[in-house]
Amino acid sequence: MNDLDFLRLSKPQQFVQKLKRFFLSLPRKLAGALKGLVMRLVGLVRGLGSFLADLGRTYVKGDWKTKVSYTVMGFGSAARGQWLRGLLFFVFQTVFNLYIWFFGRTYLGKLATLGTVETAKKGRVTVYGDNSFLILLYGVLTIFFIAAFIYTWYVNIKQNKLSEMVLKSGRKLKSARDDMASLLDTQFHKTLLALPTLGVTVFTILPIIFMILVAFTNYDNQHQPPGKLFTWVGTANFETLLTSPESDVRFEVTSSTADSAMLTITAKNGDILTVNTADPAAAVEAAALTQNSKTEFTLTQQADGSYQIEVFNEAGESVSFVGKDLQTVKTPSFSYTFRQVLLWTLIWAFFATFLNYFLGMLVAIMINKKGIRFKKLWRTILVMTIAIPQFISLLYVSKMFAADGLVNGMLMNWGWISQPLPFWTDPSWARVTIIAINVWIGIPYLMLIATGILMNIPADLYESARIDGANAFQTYMKITLPYMLFVTGPYLLTSFTSNINNFNVIFLLSQGKPLGLELAGNAGTTDLLITWLYKMTVTDSNYKLAAVMGILVFVVCAVINLVVYNFIPSVKNEEDFQ
Amino acid sequence: MAKKNHIPEVDIVVDEKAGVIREVQPETRLRSKKGHERRVNTTIYVILILMSIVWLCPFVFLVLQSFRGESGGQVAYVIPKQWTLDNYRFLFEGVAFSLKALVKDLPAIILTVITNAAGIAGMVAFLRRKPKNPFEEKSGNLKNALLVFGVLLVINVMRCVDSTNCDFVRWFMNTLTIALFCAVIQTIMVLSVSYTLSRMRFKGRKLIMNVVLVLGMFPGFLTMIVLYYLLKMMGLTQAGAVPGLILISCASSGMSYYISKGFFDTIPKSLDESARIDGATRFHVFLKIIMPMAKPIVIYTILMAFMGPWGDYVFASYVAFGHKASYNVAVGLYRWVNTNDYQGYFTRFCAGGVLVAIPITALFMALQKYYVEGVTGGAVKG
Repeated sequence: MNDLDFLRLSKPQQFVQKLKRFFLSLPRKLAGALKGLVMRLVGLVRGLGSFLADLGRTYVKGDWKTKVSYTVMGFGSAARGQWLRGLLFFVFQTVFNLYIWFFGRTYLGKLATLGTVETAKKGRVTVYGDNSFLILLYGVLTIFFIAAFIYTWYVNIKQNKLSEMVLKSGRKLKSARDDMASLLDTQFHKTLLALPTLGVTVFTILPIIFMILVAFTNYDNQHQPPGKLFTWVGTANFETLLTSPESDVRFEVTSSTADSAMLTITAKNGDILTVNTADPAAAVEAAALTQNSKTEFTLTQQADGSYQIEVFNEAGESVSFVGKDLQTVKTPSFSYTFRQVLLWTLIWAFFATFLNYFLGMLVAIMINKKGIRFKKLWRTILVMTIAIPQFISLLYVSKMFAADGLVNGMLMNWGWISQPLPFWTDPSWARVTIIAINVWIGIPYLMLIATGILMNIPADLYESARIDGANAFQTYMKITLPYMLFVTGPYLLTSFTSNINNFNVIFLLSQGKPLGLELAGNAGTTDLLITWLYKMTVTDSNYKLAAVMGILVFVVCAVINLVVYNFIPSVKNEEDFQ
Repeated sequence: MAKKNHIPEVDIVVDEKAGVIREVQPETRLRSKKGHERRVNTTIYVILILMSIVWLCPFVFLVLQSFRGESGGQVAYVIPKQWTLDNYRFLFEGVAFSLKALVKDLPAIILTVITNAAGIAGMVAFLRRKPKNPFEEKSGNLKNALLVFGVLLVINVMRCVDSTNCDFVRWFMNTLTIALFCAVIQTIMVLSVSYTLSRMRFKGRKLIMNVVLVLGMFPGFLTMIVLYYLLKMMGLTQAGAVPGLILISCASSGMSYYISKGFFDTIPKSLDESARIDGATRFHVFLKIIMPMAKPIVIYTILMAFMGPWGDYVFASYVAFGHKASYNVAVGLYRWVNTNDYQGYFTRFCAGGVLVAIPITALFMALQKYYVEGVTGGAVKG
């Protein structure tokens, strides 16, 4: 199909065509991306090879000062008169060596196990063993330090090479004074970026890497340092959150008399079964079987309605008995909860972004319409919700809609309702209320943004549209909307991802409540991933799952960004704006 | 000429209902159009008035509740039956103000002398400065001197307030301290990063931008526990929560460079280049040429940095956990209304909210112009 055919199609058909093209080109694009990745890897390996070769060549060809610099950093620089550089290199090397010897060494060694010595009580004294948290934290820090050291060492070698070349060509090397001066001139970016880079490295990158690693450990309230150790568990946490619940089959005898016992069976899919049996001894035996081994069980229904239950474990031991009154109780599983919370997060982000976007644009158009007076007044009134700190406005509004709040109270006084409306107690009500209140918070932002952009739309476009007889709706659909969408496309994307992480609105309004019975981990029906993550960290101390969730939020945001960026024409080329 | 006369002086309107073509005199058409216009405008006014009511109501209610004399939590009416200032009085109970704090010991005296001397010197310098060119605003110097005076006054007053026995004032002072420090440090961080990334081309520039983009996609609260431990190692939790919070909110602030970078991108590069040809260093270009032109974005950044701490609940409550003296207003008031004796504290929460909202709102409204410039610019460039 060529372009002309494409243009002949109707709008829906064009859309279908576009979709078709997108999916048809998907394999090609994926292959391209993969190829690019492989090429990069090959490039990396080659680069490493030439890098090592370069190091070797520099060593062989260099003079003795360069050679000494391979072990004593900064020696070459100092010996050639650049004492400041030499001193800095040397100080860095000394600090690094001392750090590794007295501090980093021990932590690095324990990183593989995250500690083996448990904290124990000897008499009245608590003897602290290894602290897994600190081992992981300082281990990562040490790796950072080592990487920084390797880089600095390389820079030191390169310096020597360059200095030799400069001296050979008969020019002079830069003095310490030149170096200092260049920090305010040609090297000014280093001065400006030094502090921000340090801050981001220590307080953002290091913690994020730490938390990514925590996702592969069993760090939770059962394994909390310094009292307890935690250790690596591979991808178990991801499985918990994404696929099946962690519990193995487990039998528990909840009550037993001489001739009957009540058993609860935790099945692999998260269901809990309760069953009555007339054979208490077998039930106790079954419970014992499942204690320390992977267990399976089978249920076969008999003709009389009772069940034949057979339990067997890895070692091949088995017990079988007859049970009746089988009941299944659904227990909350993390994977189910995760899917529910993710779904609501996406729904929320969609409404919070697009509802605010269109309503805000509408308000901006109304205020800016010719002939409407007091423009400034309307704007100022709306902007109040941005100006007043959210914890005041949202907390107050949340109380207003509570069961004993102003709204319900007034409605009841007027006799419109007899029961308080369940704004925060019914899941659907709570969700709608949150979205509605978010409109109250969000419209002003969009109104401000849209006002600025609407003024930039050339007036003659509207003029000619009016002459051609277009009505207000048509001009909006054909001129205003496309222009706005084009200009604010990237903004929509960022606002979608920031709404996924919109903590304040949910937390201050509903704290994620009402709690859902079918949801695990204290999750509520209005919880977003981010507020659930917060609860896991602060309330449940379930750091391992919080870490996994953080990674998954990142994945969701990254995927959305990648896909949408491919559709947006603007911001492809940054230099275009300059 | 003759042809023009043939054009009828009427409009032709197709009346589909009647199935006829009608001729309408231009005046009638104008009138009907005007009528239509008026109807549309009336509708818009109605909508805007309704919206204004919805937007303002909660705030009006909040203020009214803060004057309520009846005890208890929420009530089903808006206008208090008993008006009182007790709720406000409660907020300031136990606060003391003494000028002695300025000279109580040697460090205090030194600090007082240094800050006041620097402030007065700054004011004098501004007042005596002669305008460099005829286009410069004459009132600019006076404005700047007044600003310095204001800052000086705030610092001195803050030091004289003794809030050991008064929760609310203590929280307010904590938040104000955090906000002032953030306003200065964050602004410096953001401006240096955005200026560098906008103006200079160096190895690793793209890498930095991509890394920041990727880091930004991780949810902020993911690393809460690590940050807590890092602060704890430095002794900056609980009792030291205020400096701790300043450190945390400033350390990574360089990552939000995007909006101001967009602004710097719009300043023509030729300005830098001509100055460089004239022998100015990069540092001079930054300080003497770009900064004066970037006033709107500087004010926007300061405003954002200053307003942020007033609403910071999550991390503040985590770091100051259980140590009442280092709460900020958000944590303190949230506890009043959500965890403490909610019934007794509701009207006090309202009063506290009003007292926090007034200065912040006033500041925001005064600098609204710059805020609008910032968000619009940021949205357009993504």
